[in-house]
Amino acid sequence: MSASDIHRTIETVFRIEAPKLIAGLARVTRDVGRAEELAQDALVAALQQWPGEGVPRNPGAWLMQAAKHRALDGLRRDKMLKRKHEEIGRDLDEEVDPIAELEEALDDEVGDDLLRLIFTACHPVLAIEARLALTLRLIGGLTTEEIGRAFLVPEPTMAQRLVRAKKALAEAKVPYEVPHGPELAERLGSVLEVVYLIFNEGYSATAGEDWVRPGLCQEAMRLGRILAGLAPQEPEVHGLVALMELQASRLRARIGQDGQPVLLLDQNRALWDRLLINHGLKALDTARRLAPAPGPYVLQAELAACHARARKAEETDWARIAALYGALGALTPSPVIELNRAVAVAMAEGPAAGLALVDALATAPALKSYHLLPSVRADLLGKLGRHGEAQAEFMRAAGMTRNRREQDLLLARAEKAGKAAG
Amino acid sequence: MRVMVLVKANKDSEAGVMPSEDMLTKMGAYNEELVKAGVMLAMDGLHPSAKGLRMRFSGTERMITDGPFTETKELLAGFWIWQVRSFDEAIEWLKRGPFDGGTEIELRPVFEMEDFGEVLTPELREQEERVRAEAAKLAS
Repeated sequence: MSASDIHRTIETVFRIEAPKLIAGLARVTRDVGRAEELAQDALVAALQQWPGEGVPRNPGAWLMQAAKHRALDGLRRDKMLKRKHEEIGRDLDEEVDPIAELEEALDDEVGDDLLRLIFTACHPVLAIEARLALTLRLIGGLTTEEIGRAFLVPEPTMAQRLVRAKKALAEAKVPYEVPHGPELAERLGSVLEVVYLIFNEGYSATAGEDWVRPGLCQEAMRLGRILAGLAPQEPEVHGLVALMELQASRLRARIGQDGQPVLLLDQNRALWDRLLINHGLKALDTARRLAPAPGPYVLQAELAACHARARKAEETDWARIAALYGALGALTPSPVIELNRAVAVAMAEGPAAGLALVDALATAPALKSYHLLPSVRADLLGKLGRHGEAQAEFMRAAGMTRNRREQDLLLARAEKAGKAAG
Repeated sequence: MRVMVLVKANKDSEAGVMPSEDMLTKMGAYNEELVKAGVMLAMDGLHPSAKGLRMRFSGTERMITDGPFTETKELLAGFWIWQVRSFDEAIEWLKRGPFDGGTEIELRPVFEMEDFGEVLTPELREQEERVRAEAAKLAS
């Protein structure tokens, strides 16, 4: 094996092992930043020794051993210092022996530690951007450069963000644990939000060098699957996995040959990824079995499943979609969800029923500058033959979006409506 | 990227001999590790070729040959589909497989359109999808 081959192998092995290493080490160091440093030390040791000695048979165990040695060295140094600083006669043995604790921690099952690490990285004391970055770094095993590229931030900025996040965790003395009781639901919500935001960042890319973006969707799905393996009893975790997989199943049908977006109902369903759909539907089944009363992610996955199950656009069960939006809106009231429900109702019962719901939203402050409101309204007016009003609404919508392509589309539709109005 | 891991048949698998309990245990642990790492997308084992057939196409002719087939090394006994970040990662995972006795496993990247990153540019957003994303953000 050439030197560069070995380096590649080492880096790949490290990517696989790093989250487990950091998770195990953080339990004892009580400091995620310190744990990450120790893991990095192990990587350095591997880069020094493996090219000469060859890659060990169980590289993961080797790395853990190397990190452990460094952790122990550090602890012994601390202990010596402490002894020097302390009066003779003070009994150190009365305290919990951190070295023994470390030995124990590193021999344990790592599953719980990984879950602790995820909850720590997604802790609400951190700003949301910091949570996303830290999760990708510590659990996803991405490099700072890769995360920076994904979020269109220069590497030094991202590095700083990560450093600050780790410092904030240490300063807030965030306990390294899986929360329980009533706190669990709230903290799990934060974890799921982080994973889904990563997914959305990849799914509705807003700008920039885009090749990493489908990668972000993959990363988020992987995080979701890891989470499902670690917390298999949580229905919302399976719901999120299902939601992401069902949405991602349409990734390759979303973009036409000319690079134009293809709307869901116009997509070539043969391009949908059956493997992800099956995987997603299975995850949704699991979620439904665990929770008779579905939460927001399960409901959104159900929505995505309605489309996934329809072999043709005309087969879509719009009545069910409308009902699901109703249930979602009851859980988390929002005018955007209500607007979606209006669209589904229009599909199920006709444009007049949909328009009534849209009109009821006209004064919602949250939608004041939301161009999709007039755009949906215009569409329904057009279907009802009220072309003059439709034209005005399309114009209004075009004035509200800053996206050029979308603006062109809306203006074209306004013109068409104007011609129909005569 | 996705890779397909093709497990070749051998005399035992073709004879329908079930793997030993020890092997099944090891394989179970391996599969669990793959699932927990978020790598596993699908896996299945195949019946011996004696239960299969081959169809040869020629013009309008459809020629069927029933199994078993003899060239064991060319036959498949099962497959996995993994989701990995790189082919290197797949190689590392495969190295951890509990195989032995000269078993040969083939690793092949699956054709994917995920390289369509190029076209997944700024303006490319669907109305429907955006509403959905917004709804999700509000909902979470």
